[in-house]
Amino acid sequence: MEMPAPNPKVLSLKARLVERLHQVLPADAVIHEEAETRAYECDALTAYKCPPLCAVLPSSTQEVSDVLRICHDMGVPVVPRGAGTSLAGGALPTADSVILGVARMNEVLETDYDNRFVRVQTGRTNLSVTGAVEADGFFYAPDPSSQLACAIAGNIAMNSGGAHCLKYGVTTNNLLGVTMVMMDGTVVEIGGAHMDAGGYDLLGLICGSEGQLGVVTEATLRILPKPEGARPVLMGYDSNEVAGQVVSDIIKAGVLPVAIEFMDRPCIRATEAFAKAGYPDCEALLIVEVEGSDAEIDEQLGLITQIARKHNPVELRESTSAEESARIWLGRKSAFGAMGQINDYMCLDGTIPVSQLPYVLRRIGEMSREYGLDVGNVFHAGDGNMHPLILFDANKPGDLELCEAFGADILRLCVEVGGCLTGEHGVGIEKRDLMVDQFAPDDLDIQMAVKDVFDPKWLLNPAKVFPLAASEARRAA
Amino acid sequence: MMKPKTEAELAGMVGAASGPLHVFGGGTRPVGKPVTGEALSLADLSGIVDYEPGALTLVAKAGTPVAEIEAALAAEGQRLAFEPMDHRALLGTQGTPTIGGVVAANVSGPRRVSVGAARDSLLGVRFVDGSGRVLKNGGRVMKNVTGYDLVKLLAGSHGTLGVLSEVSFKVLPTPEAVRTLVVHGVTDVAALDAMTRAITSPFEVSGAAHLPGDDPRVLLRIEGFAGSVAYRAGQLTSLLADLGEISEIATPEDNAGLWRAVRDAEALKDRANVWRISMTPGAMVNGLLQALGDDARTYILDWAGGLCWLGADGGPEALHHRLQSLVADRAVNAGGGGHVTLVKGDAALRASVPVFQPEPAPIAALARGLREKFDPKGILNPGLMG
Repeated sequence: MEMPAPNPKVLSLKARLVERLHQVLPADAVIHEEAETRAYECDALTAYKCPPLCAVLPSSTQEVSDVLRICHDMGVPVVPRGAGTSLAGGALPTADSVILGVARMNEVLETDYDNRFVRVQTGRTNLSVTGAVEADGFFYAPDPSSQLACAIAGNIAMNSGGAHCLKYGVTTNNLLGVTMVMMDGTVVEIGGAHMDAGGYDLLGLICGSEGQLGVVTEATLRILPKPEGARPVLMGYDSNEVAGQVVSDIIKAGVLPVAIEFMDRPCIRATEAFAKAGYPDCEALLIVEVEGSDAEIDEQLGLITQIARKHNPVELRESTSAEESARIWLGRKSAFGAMGQINDYMCLDGTIPVSQLPYVLRRIGEMSREYGLDVGNVFHAGDGNMHPLILFDANKPGDLELCEAFGADILRLCVEVGGCLTGEHGVGIEKRDLMVDQFAPDDLDIQMAVKDVFDPKWLLNPAKVFPLAASEARRAA
Repeated sequence: MMKPKTEAELAGMVGAASGPLHVFGGGTRPVGKPVTGEALSLADLSGIVDYEPGALTLVAKAGTPVAEIEAALAAEGQRLAFEPMDHRALLGTQGTPTIGGVVAANVSGPRRVSVGAARDSLLGVRFVDGSGRVLKNGGRVMKNVTGYDLVKLLAGSHGTLGVLSEVSFKVLPTPEAVRTLVVHGVTDVAALDAMTRAITSPFEVSGAAHLPGDDPRVLLRIEGFAGSVAYRAGQLTSLLADLGEISEIATPEDNAGLWRAVRDAEALKDRANVWRISMTPGAMVNGLLQALGDDARTYILDWAGGLCWLGADGGPEALHHRLQSLVADRAVNAGGGGHVTLVKGDAALRASVPVFQPEPAPIAALARGLREKFDPKGILNPGLMG
């Protein structure tokens, strides 16, 4: 992946920059020794690494503002970082950048159950937002797989989703307001705890802008009352087409499950070998979960299993207890780990119209044979968000490049059938150069024009989202 | 009047325009500062382009009548979940509401409180910017974080950032059963209590409104499978029993009529001026309505108290400024967030006051900056939003 050459002028400013940062931050919040900056050289896309010029760990919005004002002044690029769990390289530094980590800002600032919101500092992890309110019967709905580690800051940057967004939506549907620091240090409040924007929906624009429009330091999040209970049903089928039809029939019948997860045979076999969840050896496996009181769950699962039976499942297992539920979810939740046991893997994130599912899985299978790389598919089937896991050997010369080429072909296929490059991970550097496959030059130009308004010098999170060739004139200006 | 029949024709017209354009769909929602310019109607850019019931997605051209979309969805047992308001009764307008108009004004109804606003169901847009370029953002799939989310930005931009040509939506199944609990004889404070208890319970309400007046009552809508609806109605009735007498409205027709009246703010239709106020429910009832006191005039609450429709007949300028400053006053609204929009008022009034809540300088600068990028000639509904 090509990154822009570091600006020698910025590199030469390091001593002066560190001195100025020390004036506004405590000593332990400025990390500039080479051995220590290595801790920030990559996020969860570990194939790419580059230590930053330095890293700062501010503790307040004011400190973030001070840091940004200094960097803006000196023309130093800034890479905002939540918990560093991006799979797309969203927090990958450049050698001439300052990493601005919000990890020390993890407080709950306000909890208001009557008005159903919580206000937090954005370094707080996703799961600990729910942790702060669940004893009182509430939860925060977006649940990315990395929720134990990932920060709200990164969730907002990438507009993260999760397994339960078919019912509850993704981050942007659960975000009510933010405190954001602009690149020049100006602090702005956008939205609040109320509903809808008064003017332009800047909140909607900021969510998913990958840290390129400002640094979000505080967030007001919608919290919801916890459902009384939830239970899944597992079903296995002999063909992807039939499983796809079952998904479509469930949705058409008027049931809105909180999750519909799909696994294909390579993934089922890998997870079975690893986690021994007792999954059937079949072509396609579905886990469908519904919520409510016991009686409400029975009512919905009755309808779902009735549809499932019509399509001759090789297995149909309805959970009747917490233990059975855990067992049904066990394999799905270990899927990534199981694939990782076999080899290194790359996790993709394209979305397709659900009607295209059988065709896309067939094409991925064909491409897998052409490239000579195995692939397993885990899939949020209700919303078409695919996670093909391509296996490769990082120690084998050329394998990473081959895997990347295969991944790019899968994502182009997603776009070709009417979908998109990324459903919940973000573009980052990983899919940056594929943006031209989804967007015409003018479509990219208007997005870059938005960045011109928020960050005219193009200092925030450089070299992400937009192909370098497309953004070159703006970055040089 | 310009009435393009294709997106290409629309792009040509905008590209060639040198003076202001007054862009509209069905013309049923004249909200914002009055616009002087050549009329550009999207009414002929009409038709459903793609509808996949099994994928819960629908794509339509911007000028498609909302009624046509609702009929197509109803035939498959589905609907636009956010329940878009029809402004005609309130504003006394004629014409046919279009789906593009719904998006341009980000119009939602009572169900907004449980499923989100129009912008939350909106998956993708195609639009023509002020230079005449045809642009797209988002798509027709439910999860999409590819690039910046201009879909949200365009929703509610009232045609000032681009002229919508096509929109795509997530749709939802229409539940098998609906029931409304009516809590009678409640004060504003008791009404807030009822709505708050319901919306913070696990028994999922899809509408929570308060109609004050001679027969003050709270309406709580429950939707879903029949068994589930009956169960939740029972649970909610016990939860609220101490607040007043509770009755039920059970037929689909009665429920449709009742919630249409809430959605369209019918109670305010005879008022000369109507405002739409968004705050947290607590700040609305304990802050704003308290501060207004007897001046509260005619109003109803929706969105569990988070939305107030307030109507009055005289002295609109003073009331308008009072409302906008009350919402911005931390003594009334401790959290500080919220906004007041003048929805109904004659052109002279709309021309003389800030129709939308005034924004702090840095936010106003961002809005201006965006407008200059999306509409460099300054021809798209100029001045409508400020």
